[in-house]
Amino acid sequence: MTTLLEMREITKVFPGVKALDRVSLTVEAGEIHAICGENGAGKSTLMKVLSGVYPHGSYDGEIVYAGAPLRNRHIRDSETKGIIIIHQELALIPLLSIAENLFMGNEVASKGVISWPQAFKKTEDLLRQVGLKEPPGTVVGKLGVGKQQLIEIAKALSKNVRLLILDEPTAALQEADADRLLDLMLELKSRGVTQIIISHKLNEISRVADRITVIRDGTSVSTLSKSEISEDRIIRDMVGRDMAHRYPERTPNPGEVLFEVVNWSCMHPEQAGRQMIKGVSLNVRKGEIVGIAGLMGTGRTELAMSIFGRSYGKGHQGEVRMHGRTVDVSSVPKAIQAGISYVTEDRKALGLILDEPILKNISLANLFGIAKNSILDKRRETQVAEGYRKQLAIRTPGVQQKVVNLSGGNQQKVVLSKWLFTEPELLILDEPTRGIDVGAKFEIYTIMKDLAEQGRGVLMISSEMPELLGMCDRIYVMNEGRIVGELARGEASQERIMALIVKDVGKDAGKVA
Amino acid sequence: MADAKQSGLTAHLRENGMLLALVAIVVLFSILVSAQGKPMFLQAPNITNIFLQNGHVIILALGMLLIIVAGHIDLSVGSVAAFTGAVAAYLTVELELPVPVVILLTLIVGGLIGAAQGYWVAYWRIPSFIVTLAGMLVFRGATLWLLGGQNIGPFPKEFQAMSSGFIPDLTGLEKPHGLTLIIAALAIAVVIWIGLRARRRDMEFGITPEPAGLFWGRSLIIAAAMAFVGWQLASFRGLPNVLVVLAILIVLYAFFTENTVQGRRIYAVGGNYKAAKLSGINTERLVFACFVNMGVLAALAGMMVTARLNSATPKAGTGFELDAIAAVFIGGASMAGGSGTIVGVVIGALIMGVMNMGMSILGVGIDYQQVIKGLVLLAAVIFDVYNKNK
Repeated sequence: MTTLLEMREITKVFPGVKALDRVSLTVEAGEIHAICGENGAGKSTLMKVLSGVYPHGSYDGEIVYAGAPLRNRHIRDSETKGIIIIHQELALIPLLSIAENLFMGNEVASKGVISWPQAFKKTEDLLRQVGLKEPPGTVVGKLGVGKQQLIEIAKALSKNVRLLILDEPTAALQEADADRLLDLMLELKSRGVTQIIISHKLNEISRVADRITVIRDGTSVSTLSKSEISEDRIIRDMVGRDMAHRYPERTPNPGEVLFEVVNWSCMHPEQAGRQMIKGVSLNVRKGEIVGIAGLMGTGRTELAMSIFGRSYGKGHQGEVRMHGRTVDVSSVPKAIQAGISYVTEDRKALGLILDEPILKNISLANLFGIAKNSILDKRRETQVAEGYRKQLAIRTPGVQQKVVNLSGGNQQKVVLSKWLFTEPELLILDEPTRGIDVGAKFEIYTIMKDLAEQGRGVLMISSEMPELLGMCDRIYVMNEGRIVGELARGEASQERIMALIVKDVGKDAGKVA
Repeated sequence: MADAKQSGLTAHLRENGMLLALVAIVVLFSILVSAQGKPMFLQAPNITNIFLQNGHVIILALGMLLIIVAGHIDLSVGSVAAFTGAVAAYLTVELELPVPVVILLTLIVGGLIGAAQGYWVAYWRIPSFIVTLAGMLVFRGATLWLLGGQNIGPFPKEFQAMSSGFIPDLTGLEKPHGLTLIIAALAIAVVIWIGLRARRRDMEFGITPEPAGLFWGRSLIIAAAMAFVGWQLASFRGLPNVLVVLAILIVLYAFFTENTVQGRRIYAVGGNYKAAKLSGINTERLVFACFVNMGVLAALAGMMVTARLNSATPKAGTGFELDAIAAVFIGGASMAGGSGTIVGVVIGALIMGVMNMGMSILGVGIDYQQVIKGLVLLAAVIFDVYNKNK
């Protein structure tokens, strides 16, 4: 094997921060090379150096690509050499067609006039290569994220890619789509396309990667070959400590029933007659951590949001009880009043005011808790925020720091602080560790454990089954807006959860037939 | 670490920068005016006039700030001011109602207009740009209709006093105006006390405060400016009523935005509407309230302008909305909502006001005046964006 890319001792300094400290990376031609590391470890910065987002001269060190030094002045320089990067946030324009997106900036044109028949033909060819059958004229916004990701890859292929870089390509994908993408990566590899994948998901990495480079705190820690790849080893290298237990130990001690949902239903907010939640009943005891498993799009988030102040759907039916008494949850303030908190899945869009400092975010859901006669007591506000900073170990220079500057894990802790300050008895956590690195995940789990030990109830929605199995005392399995099963800690396993879902899908299919 | 320091400094930089710009503009005009051999720029009648002629802009800008912070815009305020001015004229001149009743009724009319527009924006999610663009046309037309295309006036003395009156001198000193001097001295003391208190609180919370030199330098400049303005006003006719109303409103709104639950919530609504809603904030009602408030302030501004001109005219209030919006953005508010301060807005309005007056005294034509004002607005926002990106 020949070496396609060698990055030697790359050092990149931002004002006040050394983002990369003599990081080296060697990629062999034709391999899939994974880069692992916690959020903020420097993975993305390294890729930006490679692709020319940070031009030659703004960093120290040397890049050798295909036997010659690589000195990008601009992203275009790297693209012409066949280095294509697909960012986490897709760069497609939703209102334009597939063909228009594929050749954006690279139009099939002569003298500025686009030849659509030719562009469509080329598009069909490229789509076939990534296994898509959509007509080239399809508007991109109508496709799911999984297919959009494939279109990004098709776009890369149109540019004669030699080195394809995928930055967390499966972060937003459902399992089936993610599988498809990984298969495509393997196929591209067999056609000789060298690939770099940045990912948090260790099971994916061990499936596709030939070698792994682990980056921690801006330095490359190790490069492992396929035979050395094991989840424990990767995690140890990433966080710099042995994590024999990925979940905190706890002795569950559930008390009386705290929270009950009885026969809860609601309809889709726009599509008339489409029932989204179908007669769901569940309960959470004091000091209990209860999970809701299920595939994406089965109505877990919709269930949580419809309970929390009817924030989703319409035509709600059913009852919510706290301590056995029916409570009014018809608006968010009333749900908060009833002792319920909901930590959203999408913390940036739904949980935080990114441009405001930590302390203003923490006080937001309970401003009267820091006010006397509606007048804010800012000293108290700071004390409250400082209290949570210490309690949840939010890593920041101070509570005046804007939330946008924090890492994902610390942002999540701010959201948790906001809800803890409303003194909830029940916390509904929707994908509480999404986009958070391994070390911070453990901290979030520990917080959940502490909450349960304080006698609160925790209802956790997650798509990561190991996390549900590791944390929950009981797991409800949801499918198509219904609860299709309930598993106690001892009897739950990934296989049994999947079995419940699959059996349910089969049932539905049977009905149709 | 570096980030915290930086954001602290840029926050201070912004307000200091605007204040510095205001001082620079005043100095520039002083030099230019004296170079033309005209009487001093900063003399008492001019200072009085800056407040008399721009009072309505500041009042409108206070309401506009809340609207913009909440993530909206109100294009109708000029027309609403004209219409409410006409209503006040009709009630006073045609129906001969007593002045306090007229003021109350007109403010209620303004509030109702704000409610009518806010209802569509808040509860129907119709873009405020469109609703208030419609309002701008509707209330301009309504003004013409109510006035029958004519001016209505003149007004009784008490109504005029709203815009052209001065406070009585209770000390009996008259020359200079004793009460004005006392109020000016009190105001200086209060401003320095508030500054010191905020500084002490910063230090207590472990926030890096701005350097002591900068703080005292700025406080000294502000105190000197206030003393100078106070003395000039006192040696002329005393404190204008407009300035008293303005000062009370500015303090009230500054306190409301900084220190109250509802004020904070407006910033949250503009900062992230969905997050605010999921945090239990009644977002619709707040947006609605912002528009009602804007309507009331527009009515107040409308009455002040009508009182100053001593007649309600169909053309009154033309372009007020743009002056108010410009003042808010010069004052550092974000187009996207969620940020902006009352102090910034007042400085922004004063910058516009000083430039208006200065250029008029210099005899700069209305054509150049508009070009220059437009460029200043652009420059202020570019300055902001540049600082953010740096």
